[in-house]
Amino acid sequence: MEAPEDVRKKVDALYVAESRRVLATLIRLLGDFDAAEEALQDAFRAALEQWPREGVPANPRAWLVSTGRFKAIDGLRRRARFDALEDAGVNADVAVIDSDAWADREAVEDDRLRLIFTCCHPALAPDAQVALTLREVCGLTTEEIARAFLTPPPTLAQRIVRAKAKIRDARIPYQVPQGPELPDRLDAVLRVIYLVFNEGYAASSGASLMRNDLSAEAIRLGRLLVDLLPEPEAIGLLALMLLHESRRASRTSESGELVLLEDQDRSRWDQAQIDEGRRLVERALRTRRFGPYTIQAAISAVHADARTASETDWNEIVELYDLLWRSDPSPVIELNRAVAVAMRDGPGAGLALIDAILDRGDLLEYRLAHAARADLCRRLGRSDEARQSYARALSLTRQEPERRFLERRLAEVS
Amino acid sequence: MKYLCLVYLERGKLRSVPDRECAACGDGFRKDGVLLAAEALQPVDTAATVRVRNGKVSVVDGPFAETKEQLAGFYLLDAANLDAAIEAAAKIPPAREGSIEVRAVRELDV
Repeated sequence: MEAPEDVRKKVDALYVAESRRVLATLIRLLGDFDAAEEALQDAFRAALEQWPREGVPANPRAWLVSTGRFKAIDGLRRRARFDALEDAGVNADVAVIDSDAWADREAVEDDRLRLIFTCCHPALAPDAQVALTLREVCGLTTEEIARAFLTPPPTLAQRIVRAKAKIRDARIPYQVPQGPELPDRLDAVLRVIYLVFNEGYAASSGASLMRNDLSAEAIRLGRLLVDLLPEPEAIGLLALMLLHESRRASRTSESGELVLLEDQDRSRWDQAQIDEGRRLVERALRTRRFGPYTIQAAISAVHADARTASETDWNEIVELYDLLWRSDPSPVIELNRAVAVAMRDGPGAGLALIDAILDRGDLLEYRLAHAARADLCRRLGRSDEARQSYARALSLTRQEPERRFLERRLAEVS
Repeated sequence: MKYLCLVYLERGKLRSVPDRECAACGDGFRKDGVLLAAEALQPVDTAATVRVRNGKVSVVDGPFAETKEQLAGFYLLDAANLDAAIEAAAKIPPAREGSIEVRAVRELDV
């Protein structure tokens, strides 16, 4: 018999490693998020009580699932709400422990995918999708999510409660979409993951520590999704996040100032993340069914390949932007392409392309369009125009480090 | 579970989808065994809005809210879950011109 201390440690470790899997399966078995969460807590409480006496079971996860399920059914019986249980499609007579079925890896991993797709269902509001995914799939507490998104905890809690009520009342199914629906629904999941990542990556000064955790959480989610459903764009998104993340240490100076890609100390880029990102890009490209995330990751990989900024293969990057623009013809992509053209063919060529976008009336309110224009004018020695565009960009930015960066540049050309 | 699919169209597009197509859509739902009811509605300017306040009935013309799109008809469907209802709603012809609001029916708490 193991010492109670060791059992407690084992239970704690199991909670970290397995509680999301157990929850995902309990939601399927009980047909209700709240009942499943309660059952999950009951199951771990029972483990703390029973395992020191009876020993740790051979398959702890199956034990936790069957115990949680039993407790939920028992609780409902005692509250004489048995009818509700039958409505939820739970057959309480089958309380026998069918641990083989629950321990089955495929069934359990399917439950995790079901949970992801349900949390990212397009019938839920986008901010509710994000909150619910972080809460249910990642296991973050409501307080942690609220802090990371600079939202008052009661607002965030309310958002999660409403989302769960909608899943129940509108009967959003607990299933992985099949066939022609899958690509759109997968896009919705990828959008949530990328949003979580960017929320962490675009760190604004004060809350930056908590926000870095969001990026790590998004990468963990991306890995989980690639494990469960290795679709090319899921792979591409994971690659993109890893390649961006590899530069985190070098993209701000010690005093918190923005450092542009061309000025970054490339020896501080995380080589392990770059290598993994590059391998994933190649894997996604080989499928020939890749999309915008994979292409953006490929662009990021080209930057990672260059030992110095001047060795960047701008021709390759322009070609990738062409490809990206064909799959998603948006003015923002056109702007990025124009910047790459400026690096390849000189600032004059890039400026002509940016002016064409602005003259058309696109991106007039987009700060980065004016910042890019200002930068090209500065390089061409057209100080008046550079000043005007920096000032315009400044008036549109809301991020503190970005504002300081633009002010420095504005002072340089004044 | 029952879902009410509410068909919304802009005023100028109320007759943009041929009735024949809408009838065929209803027939398809009936054949699949999911149709509980379906009707098209006269335009909102034929509507009367009724209120009872302090026991007194008041009637005014027109709809309660002025919106760009107006309720043009409905399909009441029986579907396993929201995804099945959404799949059916996507087949309703005015989805191309306007929008379909899919609402789960609430059982009365009695």
